Amino acid sequence: MTSFEELERLRWEVRQRALDMVYGGKTGHIGGDFSIADALLVLYLRHLNVDPARPDDPDRDRFVMSKGHAVEALYAVLAAKGFLDIDDVVARYARYGSPYIGHPSHAIAGIEVNTGSLGHGLPVAVGMALAAKMDGRGYRTYCFMGDGEQAEGSVWEGAMSGSNFELDNLCALVDRNRLQISGDTEDVMRLDDLAERWRAFGWNVLTVDGHDLRALDDAFDLAERTEGRPTMIIAETVKGFGSKVCEGKAAWHHQVPDDGQYREISADLAAHRAEAEKGANRG
Amino acid sequence: MASIAPNAPVAPRAVIADVLFDAAAKDKDVVVLCSDSRGSAALEPFFEAYPNQAVEVGIAEQDLVGIAAGLASCGKRAVAVSPASFLATRSYEQARVDCAYSDTNVTLVGISGGVSYGELGMTHQSAQDIAALAAVPNMRVYLPSDRHQTKKLMEALLQDEKCAYVRVGRSPVPDVYGEDDCPFELDKANVLREGEDVALIACGELVAPCLDAAKALSADGVSCTVVDMHCVKPLDGDAVVEAATGAKVVLTAEEHSKSGGLGARVAQVVGEECPRPVKALALPDTPVVTGTKAQILEHYGLDAAGIAASAKELLAKV
Repeated sequence: MTSFEELERLRWEVRQRALDMVYGGKTGHIGGDFSIADALLVLYLRHLNVDPARPDDPDRDRFVMSKGHAVEALYAVLAAKGFLDIDDVVARYARYGSPYIGHPSHAIAGIEVNTGSLGHGLPVAVGMALAAKMDGRGYRTYCFMGDGEQAEGSVWEGAMSGSNFELDNLCALVDRNRLQISGDTEDVMRLDDLAERWRAFGWNVLTVDGHDLRALDDAFDLAERTEGRPTMIIAETVKGFGSKVCEGKAAWHHQVPDDGQYREISADLAAHRAEAEKGANRG
Repeated sequence: MASIAPNAPVAPRAVIADVLFDAAAKDKDVVVLCSDSRGSAALEPFFEAYPNQAVEVGIAEQDLVGIAAGLASCGKRAVAVSPASFLATRSYEQARVDCAYSDTNVTLVGISGGVSYGELGMTHQSAQDIAALAAVPNMRVYLPSDRHQTKKLMEALLQDEKCAYVRVGRSPVPDVYGEDDCPFELDKANVLREGEDVALIACGELVAPCLDAAKALSADGVSCTVVDMHCVKPLDGDAVVEAATGAKVVLTAEEHSKSGGLGARVAQVVGEECPRPVKALALPDTPVVTGTKAQILEHYGLDAAGIAASAKELLAKV
């Protein structure tokens, strides 16, 4: 299991590599990459039982990236887990003929199903968790969604069935960064009180600071110990977290940085990383 | 082969239920999903006998197909059974993304298809399902013609690893084949009758009236080839070319809109490979007239008499 000290360093490296992909490939979703990166890291490096040497192990945990547009962060975390060669991904992401497309593809090692159209992941994850129950297998299934995605009706069909089938081996997470492409989620389509909505659907709901690695870790632990119902982690995050250039700005949902912005965001990430390394040395 | 028996007592949907029941006994990975549709699908015995292999999702077709894909990705042979009208288009994106694009082993079974619910209006009819699902890469589309072929088709699909959409009607249909006389190869059309004037190519429940029409035309000196194209996608193009080149004109018949159905697919092959007149007998690109299925088919010239009349008309033009 990766230490928190190592995660503190990796969280900025993952963002840098996601930024490199978007800058080089001239497309992508930096805002969502930066808001979900910490939850992805904590899940993959401290909880998710997957092994690049045995990608087809029937007892592996399953992960569905329903918020598929944040695929650059997923590629970077899959690389940190040993599934992908990060330099290869950065060099080929979104290029002509590349397997590294702008949404998750099951042609890539470590990715279970194709996603990108929002609202699909949770029902698929319900099916995966149900298969584990039918077979008496102990693996867990995780599904990460966006908050704008919560407006999709199919999310709530999955919410209903997840609790109806008492899938305590299922854990979903919402990246609650409060911004979607058109602006504030509460202006586009009101979601609050999101936690109460999920509770009303019968889920065990945990609200955490989505950039607090230890809080995320505790939430995944609690989900693993919950019986009789699935867990929803509402991760309160900041879109574009890690650089003052893009933090809290809806435009960075799908914006590609120019040369100056690339340098500025990289400098912010480097400063965070230096701070993390200083802290690690102090520790 | 291909003599039409009196009305067969068993509807294709009941045959499908039997095949699934038998398969579940032998393979614990066979899982059936319904969306409040187990009664219409004749699957109540299955749900009682195999509760650990049966999933009820309620009236939620997107969830139905998404869950089926998740189960399939974990090694299950997932079969989602729901009225064709809702399954084909309410959960279209799940079929496109979670089944076809993600390459999961899901069989979508659309029951009460076509104009089975003739009196209930367009919401409950599926006259666009072939067009919708055949347009999806990696999705196969099958319309079996009778109970015997339905059985063979379902058994074959339960043996392979790819996704497919199967559409059947609600009521029993005349036998096209005999129980011990139903040659079947997945994705290969059956030639039921050979002639030199008209190539009749049909799918699903319109194969039987085409055979009746061919018999009637024969009495009038017109000889017909009749092709049972159960595999609308992948279309058996070789069978189309062979039937068309041996005839003066091609007539297709289907319980589906003229837009993007069997006729359109056949015409494309004939146009590219062996140009000659093609006429597609199909439902119109509008909500259909109210009535029983038989009344609706007769209204649009899709019964044996209508098919025979269209064949003569088309022949008269060449």
